[in-house]
Amino acid sequence: MEKVNLDLKDLDLEKLAELDQYILTLDDPVERLINVLHRAQDIFGYLPPNLQLYIARKLNISAAKVNGVVSFYSYFTEEKTGKYVVSVCMGTACYVKGAEKVLKRVLKELCVEKNEVTKDGLFSVKDVRCVGACSLAPILTIGETVFGHMTEEKVPGVLNKFRGEINED
Amino acid sequence: MVNIKINGIRIQVPDHTTVLEAAKKVGVHIPTLCHLKLDDFGIVNKVSSCRVCVVEEIGKPSLIPSCSALVYEGMNIRTDSVKALNARRNNLELLLSNHPFDCLTCAKNLQCELQSLANELHITEIHAKGEKMFYPIDKSSNAIVKDPNKCVMCRRCETMCNEVQTVGVLSAINRGFGVVVAPAFNIDLADSSCTYCGQCVAVCPTAALIARSDIQKVWRALANERRHVVVQVAPAVRVAIGEMFGMAPGTISTGKVVTALRRLGFDAVFDTNFGADLTIIEEANELVHRIQHGGVLPMLTSCCPAWVKFFEHQFPDMLDIPSTCKSPQIMLGAIIKSYYLKNLDILPRRLKVVSIMPCVAKKAEGARPELSKDELNNVDYVLSTRELGYMIKEAGIDFANLEESEFDNLLGESTGAAAIFGTTGGVIEAATRTAYEMITGESLGNVDFKQLRGLEGIREATVKIGSLDLKIGIAHGLGNARKLLESIKAGTSHFHAIEIMACPGGCIGGGGQPYHHGNQEILKKRQDAIYAIDKSLPRRKSHENEMVLKLYDEYLGAPYGEKAHDLLHTCYTPGERI
Repeated sequence: MEKVNLDLKDLDLEKLAELDQYILTLDDPVERLINVLHRAQDIFGYLPPNLQLYIARKLNISAAKVNGVVSFYSYFTEEKTGKYVVSVCMGTACYVKGAEKVLKRVLKELCVEKNEVTKDGLFSVKDVRCVGACSLAPILTIGETVFGHMTEEKVPGVLNKFRGEINED
Repeated sequence: MVNIKINGIRIQVPDHTTVLEAAKKVGVHIPTLCHLKLDDFGIVNKVSSCRVCVVEEIGKPSLIPSCSALVYEGMNIRTDSVKALNARRNNLELLLSNHPFDCLTCAKNLQCELQSLANELHITEIHAKGEKMFYPIDKSSNAIVKDPNKCVMCRRCETMCNEVQTVGVLSAINRGFGVVVAPAFNIDLADSSCTYCGQCVAVCPTAALIARSDIQKVWRALANERRHVVVQVAPAVRVAIGEMFGMAPGTISTGKVVTALRRLGFDAVFDTNFGADLTIIEEANELVHRIQHGGVLPMLTSCCPAWVKFFEHQFPDMLDIPSTCKSPQIMLGAIIKSYYLKNLDILPRRLKVVSIMPCVAKKAEGARPELSKDELNNVDYVLSTRELGYMIKEAGIDFANLEESEFDNLLGESTGAAAIFGTTGGVIEAATRTAYEMITGESLGNVDFKQLRGLEGIREATVKIGSLDLKIGIAHGLGNARKLLESIKAGTSHFHAIEIMACPGGCIGGGGQPYHHGNQEILKKRQDAIYAIDKSLPRRKSHENEMVLKLYDEYLGAPYGEKAHDLLHTCYTPGERI
């Protein structure tokens, strides 16, 4: 098995300080574990094992509990992600309207597997459970932006919008 | 009180009774799997996850889990309707459809609750054919083997690990079909802060969590003529092993165990109780020394290896509080490998010590590097009570009808004080008997300190010893131990001495004992037997063990002295929480 990195010294100190600051604002951080994890993912981009361990020790709860929560919710990711996370909804409504074809096209366009980061670090792709926008099915989200009524053909254009943004930077 | 009907039988039961409990009262058995309830020991698993106990509530569309559904006035239950029976069978078949069928060669064969259930529901075919999970088996530790493929997600182990023991190693990781019960990030048990208390093993209905088997190593050592193999037996083994041979729980079978061990071919049969008496002499001296010389108080007992590992990982900044005494099995091992060895004309490495323990953690303790001398372990192989039972069966020994015999001398002599090490409260009661006479110089008339006995998770008592009010704390179950340690950390504790046992009930409920299958009466009978042994013995104070005194005279010198420190005391290593 691949060795899990549990070294807390590998974590970015500035980012940890930001997370600590947030935890300080909570009355009962243990009760708000999911909020803490959301914020941690916002700050770090993902939740690697050593960060989960850091949070467990900070909150004085077991790492197994933290990891149980992180691995349960598909929103959380333990793997490094691209700058833009392309989430293709695989909920029932999206699925029957062809989400699988959309997902395949996205992966083909970006030349990656699921949860893999593109060579330029720009994108990673994951499938997610219902995001609650079934009337727009099938949908995908990139970052905070939602794209409804997706088709295979629309995929390159949607991705290019984000590539373009980078080119303009 | 509420009036309900179960299978047409009317019954009045108190509010807050579960349907399962109410059914039992009218002689109706409902099968269960995930359910576990040993309230007197603080163990309750009520997750209703397996759905094997579902029953029909007349007039309601969906079935209800009888283990957690509470009764109410006018409730009308059918446990035997076709709908309920079919649902139970379906649910069990679904569990079985994702279970390996290696029952014939499984460590839990005929001890498996899933197997019993399949038999009880007379499952002869599995209609659901689906994917089976496939995970590597975790054999990383010296004590516990984890095979996730045999897990039925009953969550009993999680309840033990997180709620009862507060060790926090096991959790359900991932979701849906991909769920696995494992340490965080699915790391190996050996890399986690698992204490190896074995309570997960004690409650696992299948063989998803079992103790590592060392039987073959012991057979090989016994068969090797160049080995001199001696064995020692822990106090809680003798009140439980009979259960494996159809004897009533709580049957005392000390003499039969000794005979069986001789027949298995051990060259000498010693008693861990001798080590327990020795422990008391050292521990009582250490306690009196700490009290009289302003040492660190409270002093915590250190007999229980799961507890030792717990404080090393969970309270690494408090390692000066526990007694430095080795545990009885290790003390006796150290004496066998030094004092006993010197009268044998053999190379040290040819002497092997086997311990029979009610425990899983003792296996890991035996392998601790600091518990070896000149690269020879104090103890070489540790077998659980169950493993000894299997060896006796394999050797074809009719245990129940075996004649009784005595331990070999001199490391087979023991007192009633040593006998009670096997239950919660016993070690501290034994220490008090000795400390009393050490401090006052007077003879103790009544040795029964009943205030130290019982099953409350945390108990406290004050024992008047001369002008000293000796304040004693007792905790069993690591969750209770945590509470006591936190009070010490917060400075609110006022104890002189605290006894801690990792397993609920103490060693009688150890992870290496015959499976109790959720029946707490078994544990209580074992405890009664422990006190009965104490009462039956002519000597009931450790410092009256003449052979222990002889050992000090001839070999060790002064109790808590230099040689005693070298052989009988140890040190602790801070660990991390993961």
